[in-house]
Amino acid sequence: MEVFIEKTGETKNVSFSGTAKALLESLRVNSEEVIITRNNKIITLDQQVKDSDSIKVLSVISGG
Amino acid sequence: MRCKECPEPAIIENPQLCQAHFTDYFESKVKKSIDEFGLIERNEKICVAASGGKDSVTLLYILKKFGYDVEAIAIDEGIHGYRDRTLRFLKKFCSENKIRLRIYSYEKEFGKSLDKTVKKGEPACNTCGTLRRHLLNKHSEKYDKVATGHNLDDESQAVLMNLLKAQKKLFSRQGPKTRKIKGFTQKIKPFYFLKEKEIMVYAFIKGLNVPFSECPFARLSYRSKVRDALNKYELIYPGTKENILNKYLSIRSFDNQETNSCTKCGSPCSGLECKACRIQQRIASET
Ligand code: SF4
Ligand SMILES: [Zn+2]
Ligand SMILES: [Zn+2]
Repeated sequence: MEVFIEKTGETKNVSFSGTAKALLESLRVNSEEVIITRNNKIITLDQQVKDSDSIKVLSVISGG
Repeated sequence: MRCKECPEPAIIENPQLCQAHFTDYFESKVKKSIDEFGLIERNEKICVAASGGKDSVTLLYILKKFGYDVEAIAIDEGIHGYRDRTLRFLKKFCSENKIRLRIYSYEKEFGKSLDKTVKKGEPACNTCGTLRRHLLNKHSEKYDKVATGHNLDDESQAVLMNLLKAQKKLFSRQGPKTRKIKGFTQKIKPFYFLKEKEIMVYAFIKGLNVPFSECPFARLSYRSKVRDALNKYELIYPGTKENILNKYLSIRSFDNQETNSCTKCGSPCSGLECKACRIQQRIASET
């Protein structure tokens, strides 16, 4: 799946299926600091994500 | 995960709500802070200290939505690759939403941008913040209050930073509303009880599309270390940030205020000259 990480501006291609929470853990991102969208809709951490999804990890921290 | 109020899917886990119920929750929480702490009276003229980041843009959006008389002031510190971008977005947002925006720059006001004042790789936030507060105060005189986008995360970090640095007098700058002091425009924080995550979710729902941008100096700041630590704690002990604020509000006292006036600019301060004037002298002597 394509995972866009807003904070670094990079798009990663990862093969993953599981919960959004597990995805964040594998990316070493603290869930306090982001929201996740699946196909441009916000999802909660318990939701399943799969390879055909387009995922964005949006940063919630203020930048300055 | 379902919304705790209806069968729709939740979009956030804490509070566990769907899009419609979250929107109601968010807006009523802002309203409640405004009413409970007497942040804004209906006839008052408010200026939002706007950076072009998601907090201040969302604040402009919601205050305007609530029908308040609101304008924006932005400070251009001169941080290449960061502030130029956030201000570009802010200008567009304000013109689309018919909000009057005024921008004041370090370059014009102090003769030098922040980039030229601070050496690369050195911490800048102290200088930056002092000068920004000085300009904001100077240019907000004609408003009843200055509203800032500070949220529960910012404010719990600030309480902790003051404790760690044992700076008691800074405590007076915190809280949802600062006290009325001659020479200072009163500051209010309508997002005081909302987490930055909640603000982000609301901004997303409303399609505000605020681009993420990080100040190149931010990583070096003391605050960023405190923020990371606090977020780790929050993950293990949910509610930590809110507890810090509630505890702070219950013990807050307003003594130790700045009671003198700066001999240079007249701003309230604790010594003869305020910190902003001392920094300006240093900048001038370096040219
Ligand atoms: S992070 Fe520091 S240097 Fe950057 S805008 Fe904020 S206060 Fe200024
Ligand atoms: Zn609902
Ligand atoms: Zn002064």
